[in-house]
Amino acid sequence: MSLQVPIEFTLNGRSTRVTVPPDMSALAMLRDKFDLTGTKLACGEGECGACTILVDDVSVNSCLMFAVDCDGRQVQTIEGLRTDQGLDPIQHAFVDHGAIQCGFCTPGMIMQAKYLVQKNPAVSRQEIKRNLEGNLCRCTGYRKIVDAIADVASSLNNVDTP
Amino acid sequence: MTTVIAKKTVLGQDVAKADMPTTDSTMITIIRQSSIIGKGVPKPDAPDKAIGRTRYINDLQLPLMLVGKILHTDRVHARIKNIDVTAAKSLPGVHTVLTGEDIPELRFGCRRDNVPLKRGKVRCTRDEIAAVAADTEEIATHALRLIKVEYEDLPTVFSPGEALQDNAPLIHDECPGNRGLLYEFSAGDIAQAETDSDVVLETSFDLPYVTHCCMGTSCVIADFDANGKLTIYSQTQAPYNYKMDLAPALGMHAGDIRVIQPPVGGAFGSKLDVYPFEPICVLLAKATGRPVKLMFSREEEFINSPTRQPVEVHLRTGVKKDGTLLFRDADCLLNNGAYTSWGSTVPVVMMRTFSSHFRVPNVRFNGLAVYTNHPYAGAFRGYGNVQATYCTATQMDMLAEMVHMDPIAFRLKNAQVPGEITPQKALLRDCTLADCIQLAASKSDFLNKHATYANQRAKPGGIKHGIGIASSIHVSGGAKIHKSDGCGSILKLDDYARATLITGASEIGQGIDAVLCQIVSEELGIPTSDITIVNNDSAIGPWDVGVHASRTTFVAGNSALRAARAAKKQILKAAAKVSNLPVDELDLRRGQVVQANSGVPVTRLDKLLRDMHFQRHSELVMVTDYYEPPSEPEDKNHMGDLSASWAYAAYVAEVSVDTETGEIEVNKITVAQDVGRVMNRIGLEGQIEGGIAIGLGYALSEQLQLEEGKVQNPCFRDYKVMTAPDMPELDLHFVESNCPEGPLGAKGVAELPAIVTAPAVANAVYNAIGIRFFDPPMSPEKVARALYQQQNQ
Repeated sequence: MSLQVPIEFTLNGRSTRVTVPPDMSALAMLRDKFDLTGTKLACGEGECGACTILVDDVSVNSCLMFAVDCDGRQVQTIEGLRTDQGLDPIQHAFVDHGAIQCGFCTPGMIMQAKYLVQKNPAVSRQEIKRNLEGNLCRCTGYRKIVDAIADVASSLNNVDTP
Repeated sequence: MTTVIAKKTVLGQDVAKADMPTTDSTMITIIRQSSIIGKGVPKPDAPDKAIGRTRYINDLQLPLMLVGKILHTDRVHARIKNIDVTAAKSLPGVHTVLTGEDIPELRFGCRRDNVPLKRGKVRCTRDEIAAVAADTEEIATHALRLIKVEYEDLPTVFSPGEALQDNAPLIHDECPGNRGLLYEFSAGDIAQAETDSDVVLETSFDLPYVTHCCMGTSCVIADFDANGKLTIYSQTQAPYNYKMDLAPALGMHAGDIRVIQPPVGGAFGSKLDVYPFEPICVLLAKATGRPVKLMFSREEEFINSPTRQPVEVHLRTGVKKDGTLLFRDADCLLNNGAYTSWGSTVPVVMMRTFSSHFRVPNVRFNGLAVYTNHPYAGAFRGYGNVQATYCTATQMDMLAEMVHMDPIAFRLKNAQVPGEITPQKALLRDCTLADCIQLAASKSDFLNKHATYANQRAKPGGIKHGIGIASSIHVSGGAKIHKSDGCGSILKLDDYARATLITGASEIGQGIDAVLCQIVSEELGIPTSDITIVNNDSAIGPWDVGVHASRTTFVAGNSALRAARAAKKQILKAAAKVSNLPVDELDLRRGQVVQANSGVPVTRLDKLLRDMHFQRHSELVMVTDYYEPPSEPEDKNHMGDLSASWAYAAYVAEVSVDTETGEIEVNKITVAQDVGRVMNRIGLEGQIEGGIAIGLGYALSEQLQLEEGKVQNPCFRDYKVMTAPDMPELDLHFVESNCPEGPLGAKGVAELPAIVTAPAVANAVYNAIGIRFFDPPMSPEKVARALYQQQNQ
């Protein structure tokens, strides 16, 4: 209980040093050590995607990742998407398309969307739907979320997605 | 994608006074082409939610706050012989441990049959027997493990039928026969109607336990001040009734409770009632003198939060050869579970469906809730109408076939017309049921596909296609089940022409804030970005009955509209004085007072407001309104025009059924819904699309599995909600009936999608494979088994 492990990693673009218990999840570390409460705890067992973050540009359920495994890596949370220019285009698209109701799934959805669009700017509507399977939303029926992501993808490609 | 059918007046024309009754007959709303009403307006809370800044209740921390945890029983019916909390109490970091023996036995709930911490015996898996407040969650969890409980198991009973038997175990000693709430209604002459019927259809339905699955788990924070007054941070969707319902569990005066509503991660009806974890958290705060936060894990959420009410329905319906419905006779047994929450009151809504979903002159309804050792149900989007419409819409499909009519013609023959009065005395002022059915059928090419798919049923091929339709009726202008169904508003404008609307209506993610901004913007001619909505503190907001019954846009919208009109009147009166123009020639647009006909500016609104404020006889624009819809409560016979408006929807589902695996894929849903008037287009679509997802879960996959009273699937792995790839193509069409009493013509919309989706899918599945399912969800194993039986008959 008292064992603490020092780790160093890049959090939302800043290098960070922290000590964490070896059994602490990355999610608990982000929320409790850094007050980054944008990343949500909704199931704690990797089933709902509300805690999705990017680790070295790959989307991860932070509830299933140990905090110590962040050592030496690039970690990005919902709070890190915003730039000096304002909201990320995906954040804008979620707002404008009405893809947000209660919003509890939104940070995880947006991080998953960021991962998808970064990996493949030409991502299709079908691929978007398939790749959101691990992110649950109880409010929206997903359509506007898919619309928002498809809109960003199509503007990146300057072509219409099917 | 979206078609709007205008039945009366829409954009670009004046709406006549007669269509828009207000208390102030001098006010006319001009609906301009440039109107913000009907446009898609992003929710004001959306940007913060998109950047992760929103501080949900689950995220809140107060200084010195302790963590509360509840020990739930591992039995379903047992006497508590002894609880030993000695070890838990002496664990460092534990501040208090409470059991039922430590607190007064104060009862709460709609039948006053529940207590926060159980004393003497436990009656279901959800029962709370001890609670801990500690410095950390880890310590609190450890402390719970140190509590030793000795039980003496009692005989159990889980089905309502068995619980009604003479020798059944008693759940509550004071409730003989385990009988809970009883609802009865009758109108007309069932015996005569049965004699006159050519066909009588008799069907038994078994509607399942499903649960809300709010993404934010249940959470509450309790904090006492030095005067003994309680501030409770709550997820409630009915803050004013919440005070009233919470007070008896605490022995407190409701007036000493202040409810703060931080943003919540979903509600869907689950936050209408008070549940034991809430008074328990308050008791922990009281015992420790510290703020206490109590939050469920996902597993606790599945096991301990309310469900949709499960019901066994036995429905008999009579019809003449020519397709005229003559009677419905419904017997409903509700599994009450161990305590009575809102779930057991759903017969109030169910009987409305049986008596008014199509024209039914003769009706008998009996709904009895029976205590068992199961968990108990609460309110859930659709509130009884989900269950009842599954029955009526399935039977309408069966009856059409039995009288050899096409499914649309049969429904149209029995659809009410405007002005009809239902057996329960609901006045269907602007009935659009037939419009919705025709629109959904034509947009989906229903009749062609229906005949084609039915013909393909017997042909070879592993994948069968089907199309099905279901409709319903639901309250859309409030529901007067409380003494008042009203909502209050306080509207103020500051010296910079920024408006603040303090409303009783709660924002639970559904988007009422955006709609109220639109209404105020429309009336006062200021941008929505200049309007702030305040609705998170019961000490500030005026009373509202709560977010339920698809009522908020209608009731809170009307109150905001009337407040805005009163403010406008005050402003224009001052403007008339300044400009020497007649008041009825002035209007507010684009932040200015303008001449109504020409649009020529008269003065800037902010300047006028300052001039009004900083003068010798200074005045501030600050108005209040309390809107009570012109509906009536039911009398003791359940008669009355309960809602100021009724709404209708018809949805068509198209499915593919894999006859090898039993898997159903829903390919498309075509929606035709009477929304009164489109207010916030993206909010409206979002309500419908989200409601469809909940309806699809009810149809296809969701079921809380109970074995011997215990939840077997308390996780998203085993309780399957709809995911993005599960969602079909959606084709939305809105019928704009311009409800005369609705705010700018709008009606409530949010529950019908959850109500009509599942039976539309079930009827489509029948069209595909010729099998009816009376016990959703239509899981692959259930469908495959039914197909196997069909082939081996």
